[in-house]
Amino acid sequence: MMLDSNYKNLIIGVFLAIVCMLVLPYFIEYYTLSLLIIYSILALSLGLVWGFGGILCFGQAAFFGLGAYSYAVFAINIGESTLPFLLAIIVPATFAFILGAIMFYGRLTDVYLGVITLVVTLILFRFINSTASPEYMIGTAHLGGFNGIPNFQTLNIPGMPDAYIWDLDFYYVCFVILILSYLGLHFLVRSSFGRVSIGIGQNEQRAELIGYDVRKYKTILFAVGGGLAGLAGALYASWAEIVTPGLFSLGQSAEVIIWCIVGGVTRLSGPIFGAVILGLLKYYLGQQTLIDNNLVFGVILVIFVLFLPQGLAPAISSVWKKLLTAKKSTRNKLRKRAPRQMQRGHLNE
Amino acid sequence: MNEIVLETHNLNMHFGGVKAVNNVDFTLRENELRCLIGPNGAGKSTFFKCLTGLNKPTSGEIYIRGEETTHWHTHQISRLGIGIKTQVPNVMDGLSVWENIWLSARRYHDVKQANRRVEEVIERIKIGDITKKLLGELAHGQRQRVELAIVLAADPWLVILDEPAAGMTGQDVEIMVDIIREINRSAAMIIVEHDMQFIQSIANQVTVFYQGSILMEDHVDNVLADQKVRDVYLGRNV
Repeated sequence: MMLDSNYKNLIIGVFLAIVCMLVLPYFIEYYTLSLLIIYSILALSLGLVWGFGGILCFGQAAFFGLGAYSYAVFAINIGESTLPFLLAIIVPATFAFILGAIMFYGRLTDVYLGVITLVVTLILFRFINSTASPEYMIGTAHLGGFNGIPNFQTLNIPGMPDAYIWDLDFYYVCFVILILSYLGLHFLVRSSFGRVSIGIGQNEQRAELIGYDVRKYKTILFAVGGGLAGLAGALYASWAEIVTPGLFSLGQSAEVIIWCIVGGVTRLSGPIFGAVILGLLKYYLGQQTLIDNNLVFGVILVIFVLFLPQGLAPAISSVWKKLLTAKKSTRNKLRKRAPRQMQRGHLNE
Repeated sequence: MNEIVLETHNLNMHFGGVKAVNNVDFTLRENELRCLIGPNGAGKSTFFKCLTGLNKPTSGEIYIRGEETTHWHTHQISRLGIGIKTQVPNVMDGLSVWENIWLSARRYHDVKQANRRVEEVIERIKIGDITKKLLGELAHGQRQRVELAIVLAADPWLVILDEPAAGMTGQDVEIMVDIIREINRSAAMIIVEHDMQFIQSIANQVTVFYQGSILMEDHVDNVLADQKVRDVYLGRNV
């Protein structure tokens, strides 16, 4: 994982993303595209904490669900969507910060970390499921148990509660948020904080021996990942117009991990690739009944773990680099040959 | 006489019934180079881990420049200006040599100064030809040198090394000896080692560990000539 920033590639990447944003609605309906983008932001959040911080979180769905529920609850209580949207980022980020602080200051690592995050997700899932009785109210919002929370204010133009952002506009907003999230993380991982976090992900003990407080860095990174997952949750709530306990489910958590494995976590683009490709596959598989979705995803996961453990994005990048190197060496050979040919030509004259 | 920079009082580290470090009183003075030697299982590496915060002592005290650090975390001890190198090269395999050293320099300097510091250290340790390589691609000896560069990038006044020459070939060992001598001009050093030839080429004062306690502390020549030390290394009971 090289840290050298390459602004040229970044500009090309953003340009291509904008082209995709404008072109894709001609091929896939924007309602589906919006969901794929929301999934991409969720995958990006796990890609950050796992790929760069080395923290394998089995419960990214917990922050996603918290974001969605926070948005729904605050939207019902406040009405206008701007503040609920911000709170849907702040609440999961704070929750992740507290959970992270408990885990990292408690020196939990590896499998214990995975177990704790998984258990927290399950607890939230069970809890939200059991909130059907009318006592479970936050302000005027009833949590609704298994049925979830419907009928809340969806995303609107800031300060204009009646100007809803939906259909194609919602898709564009999601895409722009994805691009901004990507750019934000791009600069974050290239900042001193990001570089230290990557170092910690590589070798925690060495980072400590150098003098970095590993616990602090991991907690902050975990909170950033939680906040980003919350942002995806808020967008999801606005997209689905209902939030249900299924957002906290094990299946949701597992899916995010599979997206990251397939896309690759050593690059920020990896989780996005994974989420889009597998999300699309799920969409098309959902239109038939012959093959079971889970079976297909299981086979894909096994294939990637066995044959392409780095994931798609790093593999594509390495093939691209090899092609460029081959092109350069051919050009250099031709350059070296050129003076000799000129010399021969000159002598022949 | 130089000021005492590190001392331990009645330091103990017990694992169940095993006394890996047993009532150790140890003193290190400014700019001193001290080698800790002893047969396998003598407790030198456990003592090293206690000093660096990697193990929390069962009892006793550690003072660094007068400050009690007995139960401090590793990063807090490191921030006092102490460079630490562990027995197995402890590096970030997925990052380049330059990046590994930069992370160390950045801890104590701003970005510009850190960049400059990295260049200085690379020149000092003579690893200019491998700066862009990933640590995972390097040979053992090169990894040891890079780890030393990581340690030096933080400008430490005390350097603690655990078996810096372990697994190195003859030429690499010679380079390491030169580097250690150079570091010792500006920093006190504690070196845990069991290679006698290596110790003879770098040390004056040697502390011999045996069964968790200090058996002897003296000049390297006296230590090597001592019958008790010979018996310890030959596996005889003292």
